[in-house]
Amino acid sequence: MEALEALRMNKIVKSFGSLKALDQVDLTVAKGEIHCLLGENGAGKTTLMKILYGIHQQDEGEIYLNAKKVKISSPKEAITQGISMVFQHFMLIPNLSVMENIILGQEETKMGILADKESRNKVANLSEKLGLKVRLDMLVEDIPVGEKQRVEIIKALYRGAEIIILDEPTAVLTPQEVSELFKVLKTLKEDGKTIIIITHKLKETLAVADKVTVLRNGKNQGSITTDKATPEILAQMMVGRNVMLEVVKGKVEKGPVIFETKGLNLKDKLKNINLKIHAGEIVGIAGVEGNGQTELLETLIGLCSPTSGSIIFDQKDITKDSVEERLDQGLGFIPEDRNDRGLVNNFKLWQNAILGYQKRYEKKGLLDFAAITKASETIVKNYQVKVLGIDSKSSSLSGGNAQKLLVGRVFYHNPRVLIIAHPTRGVDVGAIEYLHKEILSMRSQGKAILLVSADLDEIRQLSDRIAVIYEGAITIEGDGGDFTEDELGLYMAGGLRPESKVVKA
Amino acid sequence: MKIIKKAANLLLRLALALIIAGIILFVSGYSPLKAYKAMIWGAIGNWNGIALSLVQATPLIFTGLAVAFANNCGVFNIGAEGQLYLGAMAAGVIGAYLPPLPHYLHLLLALLGGALFGGLWAAIAAWLKVKANANEVIMTIMLNSIGILFCSYLANYTFKASGPVAQTPEIKSTAVLSRLSTGTQLSSAIFLGLALIVLVWFVLYRTKFGYEIRIVGANPRAAATAGINVAQKITAALFISGTLAGLGGAGQVLGLHGRFIDGFSPGYGFDGIAVAILGGNSPIGVLFSALLFGLMRAGGMVLDRTTNIPVDFVLIIQAVIIVMVAAPELFKALKGGVKDVRTVVKQ
Amino acid sequence: MLEQWLNSDAVFLTVALLASTLRMATPLGLAALGAVYSERAGVINLGLEGLMLGGAFFGILGSYLTGNAWLGVLLAALAGGIMALLFALVTLRYKANHVVAGVALNLLGLGFTTVLLVAVWGNRGKSPDVAGIYPIYIPYLSDLPIVGELIFRQSPFFYLLIILMILSWLFFYRTKWGLRLRAIGENPAAVDSLGIPVFTYKYLAVIAGGMLAALGGAYLSLGELSMFARNMVSGRGYIALAANILGNWNPIGVVLASFLFGLANAIEMNLQLYGWPTQFVQMIPYVVTMFVLGGFVRKVQAPKALGQHFDRSNTNM
Repeated sequence: MEALEALRMNKIVKSFGSLKALDQVDLTVAKGEIHCLLGENGAGKTTLMKILYGIHQQDEGEIYLNAKKVKISSPKEAITQGISMVFQHFMLIPNLSVMENIILGQEETKMGILADKESRNKVANLSEKLGLKVRLDMLVEDIPVGEKQRVEIIKALYRGAEIIILDEPTAVLTPQEVSELFKVLKTLKEDGKTIIIITHKLKETLAVADKVTVLRNGKNQGSITTDKATPEILAQMMVGRNVMLEVVKGKVEKGPVIFETKGLNLKDKLKNINLKIHAGEIVGIAGVEGNGQTELLETLIGLCSPTSGSIIFDQKDITKDSVEERLDQGLGFIPEDRNDRGLVNNFKLWQNAILGYQKRYEKKGLLDFAAITKASETIVKNYQVKVLGIDSKSSSLSGGNAQKLLVGRVFYHNPRVLIIAHPTRGVDVGAIEYLHKEILSMRSQGKAILLVSADLDEIRQLSDRIAVIYEGAITIEGDGGDFTEDELGLYMAGGLRPESKVVKA
Repeated sequence: MKIIKKAANLLLRLALALIIAGIILFVSGYSPLKAYKAMIWGAIGNWNGIALSLVQATPLIFTGLAVAFANNCGVFNIGAEGQLYLGAMAAGVIGAYLPPLPHYLHLLLALLGGALFGGLWAAIAAWLKVKANANEVIMTIMLNSIGILFCSYLANYTFKASGPVAQTPEIKSTAVLSRLSTGTQLSSAIFLGLALIVLVWFVLYRTKFGYEIRIVGANPRAAATAGINVAQKITAALFISGTLAGLGGAGQVLGLHGRFIDGFSPGYGFDGIAVAILGGNSPIGVLFSALLFGLMRAGGMVLDRTTNIPVDFVLIIQAVIIVMVAAPELFKALKGGVKDVRTVVKQ
Repeated sequence: MLEQWLNSDAVFLTVALLASTLRMATPLGLAALGAVYSERAGVINLGLEGLMLGGAFFGILGSYLTGNAWLGVLLAALAGGIMALLFALVTLRYKANHVVAGVALNLLGLGFTTVLLVAVWGNRGKSPDVAGIYPIYIPYLSDLPIVGELIFRQSPFFYLLIILMILSWLFFYRTKWGLRLRAIGENPAAVDSLGIPVFTYKYLAVIAGGMLAALGGAYLSLGELSMFARNMVSGRGYIALAANILGNWNPIGVVLASFLFGLANAIEMNLQLYGWPTQFVQMIPYVVTMFVLGGFVRKVQAPKALGQHFDRSNTNM
């Protein structure tokens, strides 16, 4: 028997300026189904769902709910139609309680005054029925990420959602939390709810979904039930060609240790971090986001100083050195979020191309424009930054080109040690391959490289050695080939302790 | 080409502001055309009017430059008024109380004193911002009131000249910024202002220091990652901003009044905010918008004298201009409205 | 014994000082309450000064035109609401920087009240005297020793302030609209994602804030002098803003902070009578605010999205 159709989106078109974000996209979701919307960054998944949730309006196309045509022009209307969305960046108010966050917008009142008891009963019923544990009186800012997500799901259910959209729900979760989430989603499904998950992760898709729809460059690449799908098939649909899963990595003679941390502690965020990086070596830090990576990066670059321990660069203690002094000595840094710490978006390209190295372009207190122009043009040329000219604003660059500019800026200025965080986040496939190649070429030039990434494949492909960070501590370290992917996953989740596997140091 | 477009936009804004303010005048029962005629005549109709406009523009060059400099570093210095007072008081005291000194040395010391005290006053806000992340807008507002009251105390008690007026004694002739022509109040302070325009432009766009200041203003987190000491740059920017405002106060005392007079500023510091915004926070823009504001103020003063429309009328024009610069989308909407009217009229 | 103490000079002077404290605090408290509404909705209200001035002027104009002071109060509130609506349009719809728009509002307030002052009464300094709002002695209660004189012989504006303070507290912490408004000041995108009309709330809050500030101004003109004088608010708008911060954006807190600043004001008046320097006492509100914001006294927490523009298409949802 064919299941009832809960949602059908028909030939949806949406443009932002000259960019066609969605081109005639169809999506059909059956009632009581877990449906994954799979695609790379920028494929249009989130845009499609924002249209369903009333945040954006489609330029063309129709939406049918339960086979009835509907027009959804605001989140309010979406909620009324039984659609809720859990965003990647949680939509919670940190300094209100969990309870207040859940009822916000659908408050029970008596003569205008909030009726706490009624709301409380209603919420308690929901959370009990589905086994979603939350502490109602805690402030949201005080609860862990997994609980925040449960709050979001209860929020959706409290609003009587029949269709729940989750945008990259696992991005910030540990594998344990992920499997817990999947259990909850399956309970919801048994309860008759329809669930749409936006994701780019193949394995999770196969683990949880009934059916998958793949988007690429704003176009529908077809749908497939998970019992017929394999990672290879999905990957092919996602990127549109056979993905080269292995990067060709030449052999490089390891040099001496040139960067080292000794017993680095930062309050309760970092615990006794000991890392050694040789010249010509890439050390990858694997871990679920939020386990101290940001703090580690900021400590290494000098944005915050460790509570104890030391950082050694070329046998010199640089723990007390400022960011500027570290950069001067040849530390290169590619930050986690290029728009946050990397680039100044409404400034010109040349102004961004020398950022961090402005000292080298100073002549008697003045900026040396001839040298700046030469350097900027070289970076643009050597690192394939597609841009009109060095006077263009860097906000005009696409994600991939902005990242190339950032990487080019650091690589060009001849660092000896590289600290690279999430080098390929939000970057198209072509640029990823290119950036990986550049990083490897830095390795063969004998640079010492620390690579932090949430992308396990990236870590495994590039790293000579891998260290796993969990709750601020390195739980295990070993050669890249020492671990299977599953083992790494378990370490990242804190599930395996170092003593359970002997690794040659 | 870009400059012409910018200037055209600025003039259009001014025209729109004049129209809106004119409507308010009209509703209040005045004739806007007569009022504007009186204003324009008063501001540029003769040499005295032009001189008056320049006199009024002089302090605005300083305070506008002060606010613009801080804005370039991403800090909003609403405290130019207080810094102006402190600078004026310091210059007045140095000018009046120092023992006899050679002319230019005395003048230089008075100017430096004005700059220093204006700068230090602003540095308090910088210190609190850097140390306690206290919002500089609120801090500088508070410092305005405190500074003005403090100077009022000094002019009423500590340094009071004999007589009924709350003012300090007249400065010695060796500390005077010379008058440019007899019969007007225009002093060489305006040249100091022009020199500072060039200097600030040079610092902001041609030096590493200026580059770093502007990077901090645009993205402080990226600046910190690039090894720029953000706290230090913010402190420096506010201090320099304060010195510029302080110099403005010193210029008024040494060039115009010859002494510190309690309540001497009709809000030059606050006008500086408008001047900076209208000038797009660029030194050249500040120069032009300060001149424009000077014209308006002078015109307003003549208006006040010759008609029964009070000088405060200019504030309405200024308010509308500020809003249109600060809310570009409003300007666009109004421009669209003007076009609609034009097409309707054509039909 | 008690009788004697009650009639002593010390008690008399203290009661007089405190009573004048409450009088001084009334306009500050009303305007500061106004600031709470606006800032809880995420809109920085630096234009209190201009709004108060507008309220002061239209209060007198209304009374002058109708001969009824209460209609003057109504006109003041209306005018405050309209000025605030303009401010809201500029900041919310046309996305002007809140601080800059506030500065403009203050300029506008001073400019047009003075122009109108001359236009209506032909005088550049002040209006003629009109029917004002005078203190009301509450029956029985006003006869109580000390308390009666202190609290129950005040201007109706004072009673209004206390009532509005309580109602505002209930509004913010016990009603759904208050909950939503607080949430909007913290994270408008989240509130928007729940289908709550964020902008409607913002507009209404800014308008309510403007009306309250105008009432504060109306007290200064109708409640104290029964006339309007050029620039008569003279910086109280900024003190009200300070009270809003010191009171931690909480209706009860800001009124208490206004009392503190009112006390400074009352002391200053007394010093003036004796010919002593008043400048340092006048500085108190500003210095206290600096200490508080500088983190020297206690932690205050401004709404997180204060001063930010909300635009659905730009949020990181």
